[in-house]
Amino acid sequence: MRYLCLIYENEKNWATMPKEQSDAVMAEYGAYTQGIKDSGHYIGGEALQPTPAATTLRVRNGKVSATDGPFAETKEQLGGYYLINAKDLNDAIQVASKIPSAKYGSIEVRPIMEFNEA
Amino acid sequence: MESVATTAVRERVDEIYRSESRRVLATLIRLLGDFDLAEEALHDAFMAALERWPNDGIPGNPRAWLVSTGRFKAIDRMRRRASFDAAVSRIASEDAPSAAAPVEPDDDGVPDDRLRLLFTCCHPALSPDAQIALTLREVCGLTTEEVARAFLTPAPTIAQRIVRAKSKIRDARIPYEIPARADLPARLDSVLHVTYLVFNEGYLASSGDTLTRPDLSCEAMRLARLILELLPDPEAMGLLALMLLHESRRAARATPDDEVILLEDQDRSLWNREQIAEGVALVEKALSSRRFGPYSLQAAIAAVHAEAPNAARTDWRQIVGLYDVLLRVDPSPVVELNRAAAVAMRDGPAAGLALIDAILSRGDLTTYLHAHSARADLLRRLGRVGESIAAYEHAATLTTLEPERRFLARRVSELRAG
Repeated sequence: MRYLCLIYENEKNWATMPKEQSDAVMAEYGAYTQGIKDSGHYIGGEALQPTPAATTLRVRNGKVSATDGPFAETKEQLGGYYLINAKDLNDAIQVASKIPSAKYGSIEVRPIMEFNEA
Repeated sequence: MESVATTAVRERVDEIYRSESRRVLATLIRLLGDFDLAEEALHDAFMAALERWPNDGIPGNPRAWLVSTGRFKAIDRMRRRASFDAAVSRIASEDAPSAAAPVEPDDDGVPDDRLRLLFTCCHPALSPDAQIALTLREVCGLTTEEVARAFLTPAPTIAQRIVRAKSKIRDARIPYEIPARADLPARLDSVLHVTYLVFNEGYLASSGDTLTRPDLSCEAMRLARLILELLPDPEAMGLLALMLLHESRRAARATPDDEVILLEDQDRSLWNREQIAEGVALVEKALSSRRFGPYSLQAAIAAVHAEAPNAARTDWRQIVGLYDVLLRVDPSPVVELNRAAAVAMRDGPAAGLALIDAILSRGDLTTYLHAHSARADLLRRLGRVGESIAAYEHAATLTTLEPERRFLARRVSELRAG
């Protein structure tokens, strides 16, 4: 079963982090990603640019409106994701709990909705 | 007209339903992988038993018969619904690991499926309220209405909570398994809490004509023993001790007509010495681990009562001291109330009353029966008859349990008679 692990953390922490520390976290992410590739859990994953680069779109009455920033102002922002394959929720929790940002931010684990292909 | 034999079988089926239905359900959930399907299968299996057993006789192993009948009925049901898909062939297949699991009695060695069910119902991905509702409903077989009363929540709210929890188990694929050893301690807390609530529902039934529901208490103690077997945790030990020590007083807690008898008035020769001995030994073991928590402390308090020859010669200083520690570890208005009652025994009713009034004036426990009945009792001891009657009468509006109502009414008429 597939789960999307959404990584939320305060993106300001990254902006103020000394370089050697952010290098260390990136190295940790590299090792983590390799680990879940080796274990067969990894399907995909990306880090996202911070929310100042985000644009929120709505179409109302046929008109597109584009606004600056993310949909909601929150303390923690979506900073990246992993799409994983896991046996069940316990397996997914096991995998997601080792995402480096889980120590500072939070990870939302969402099962993927599977539609019948028939 | 029903023959005598049919009536006898029907009674036996009722008995088996009471003792085995939850265990059969737990195994069916494992085999079928779906709560709702398993519940329907359980119902079908018992219907089949009522039809067939009067002619065929009661099978040697009713539980195994019910499990395998339920499983076949579920497959039938799915076929009838024209959903003969991968799920059916998986469940029906002899090779499938879930179907190959043993259905013979698993009393020796193999963990009870109800333990698996318990850990699934108490999964941290479910909200705490949902964990409790689901466990009481699925593991203990309480009706939705009984769960609602235990929660002081409307029944439709509980029903919705249970439906949502089942959907989440299915949609997020919460596994039906006992957690890995490394995850066990973290998963244990919610399981213990739920177990204790089940015990309380059995020890002091929330409504109805009788005071207690011993079957539920036994169920909770059975679950606690299973948990303890799996994980010799001090708090699991403390919880079992607490339940044993409360349970030991069951025979002394009510008259044969089910009238309430307070701890201080109980005939202590009726207390179950065997349960007390086991409870006290468990408390001592839990406390010596130095990793004890609220359950062990409450059990220690119960142990002090259990070892006292009567209310007057109870070591109230020690009890107040244990409540002080408990308040630090696990502060709550109910613990404060119990401490106040112990202070009243140590220092006199006026001291206890001041503490209870402080809790109530803060807005805590204002709809809690025992806060008002304890207050009424202290007012009575202080000779403040009018206020005591008012407090007892107010307390009586807060219970739906007949014996409690009668007890409070009796106190009022005693006071009126002077």
